[in-house]
Amino acid sequence: MFDTIGVKDFDELFETVPESCRYDKKMDLPEPKTEWSLNTYMSEIRSMMEVTPDHTVLIGAGRYQHHIPATIPNIMGRSEFLTAYTPYQPEMAQGTLQGLFEYQTLTARLLGVDVANASMYDGASGLAEALLMGLRIGRKKKRVAVSTAIHPHFREVVSTYFLPTDFEVVELPFLDDGSTDLSSLADEDDLAAVALQSPNFFGVVEDMDAAVTAIHNIGALCVACFSEPMSFGLFKSPGSCGADIVCGEGQSFGMPISFGGPGLGMFGCREKFVRSMPGRLVGETKDLDGKRGFVLTLSTREQHIRREKATSNICSNQGICTLTASMYMASLGGTGLRKMARLNYDKTEYLKKGLLEAGAKGCFSAQTFNEFVVEFSNDFSLVQKKLMEKGIVAGLNLGRFYPGFENRYLFCVTETVPKEVLDIVISEVKK
Amino acid sequence: MKEINELNLPTDVRYSDDHEWAKVTGDTIKVGISDYAQDQLGDIVFVELPEVGDSFETGDEFGTLESVKAVSELYIPVGGEIVAVNNELEDAPELVNQDPYKGWIIEVKPNEINDFESLLDRDAYLEILKGD
Repeated sequence: MFDTIGVKDFDELFETVPESCRYDKKMDLPEPKTEWSLNTYMSEIRSMMEVTPDHTVLIGAGRYQHHIPATIPNIMGRSEFLTAYTPYQPEMAQGTLQGLFEYQTLTARLLGVDVANASMYDGASGLAEALLMGLRIGRKKKRVAVSTAIHPHFREVVSTYFLPTDFEVVELPFLDDGSTDLSSLADEDDLAAVALQSPNFFGVVEDMDAAVTAIHNIGALCVACFSEPMSFGLFKSPGSCGADIVCGEGQSFGMPISFGGPGLGMFGCREKFVRSMPGRLVGETKDLDGKRGFVLTLSTREQHIRREKATSNICSNQGICTLTASMYMASLGGTGLRKMARLNYDKTEYLKKGLLEAGAKGCFSAQTFNEFVVEFSNDFSLVQKKLMEKGIVAGLNLGRFYPGFENRYLFCVTETVPKEVLDIVISEVKK
Repeated sequence: MKEINELNLPTDVRYSDDHEWAKVTGDTIKVGISDYAQDQLGDIVFVELPEVGDSFETGDEFGTLESVKAVSELYIPVGGEIVAVNNELEDAPELVNQDPYKGWIIEVKPNEINDFESLLDRDAYLEILKGD
């Protein structure tokens, strides 16, 4: 092929890239494999992992094992929907555009916001984009604050996004009850935005009404983030609490855990901020004959029109995941979502109560959803090993995220976990 | 699109080569965009305004105009402090199309009135347009 295109070797293709930007070492990669030996290799890796369906996983921390209704793979199997790319040509893509429009409508209702975009890459990048959006709206302000009870990975992504900028990210501590400590906000006057997650990384449901008031009092925008949108089936949506920008991870809505990805960045805001919002937006319109149709709208915010002045360098969305989430939400409906959330809540409370009775110590007194933290006086990793042999993956040690939390474990229960499994965990802890 | 001889280019304002106009009113200067600029942009759907109290150097970007065709930055022809913005444009950006000289965008207290004097008069601006 090099002969045909008139190139000496592979490296010549990269000659236009300045040498200082190129990686000059040899790539540390194994030799290529045949397709069949690659399959064998993948199976070997697979057998080393304790994942569903062979195991019941009682760890959430941003990824949740929910049931995926049979309608989802069925509808998503239609080839017309299988494009990861956002459609520029409305005349060719009415189906996809309508799907995205329905997603935006359902998402806006779920999050309690005026407008939702056609999605971001995932919850973490959504949070980073939300904070940058807050800085655009805050104009001259250079600082934002994030709660340390936000998912540690989300905060890492925020740091990465902010590294090359001259903006500062302040971290807010959390209280003994597991909710974010907002008391230091009163002394701040130049924060563009303050971000909270609810339910937060510890599963604790934040008092969003009070937080919104405290944040608005210092002239900042409230960014409400989430990793478990199922919670909005039971708890008040962030938008209805007054949050200005709402963003989070939508994996719970019909997407498998899949080794951590792909995810879905759900993102919405109040209407008056729509021009500062990143990402694609599908609007409803009428064609020449007055028939209902869908097009990308407010594109002037975006990279392909505004270049370096764009609100974000996101010029695409998570097409397939977005449609999956809209079908999941439509399949459940409002009532279904409420029932599903209740089921998740009840099962989690059952395990929480059981573990506390079995001798574990509760860590945070605040209300939780789907996830909770307990502390063990003895070495829980031994119990974990025993449970693993029974096909149960239980509890995430928080020591690696929060120094001093070496004996604390984060548990998660979803509707898919049978009561018998919870009883086994409780009885193993009791021993 | 208008022909050059159809453009409304009043003589009581000065022009910048970025197609803004400026007009002295007392000790402040009102700024908008020329008939040529609004005609080129087409239907204007959004005007992003600065805040009163913001300061700009001559030539700085102070806002954006969004039309159905494009987004354009606005450059301040005379540097100074913003003393007023035309809030009417938030709900009715089409005022700029209807009459770009009534549809002013910002009012500036100039740092240096000489910057105004060095702007183009109607004839000089017209020469630039003919050259475009």
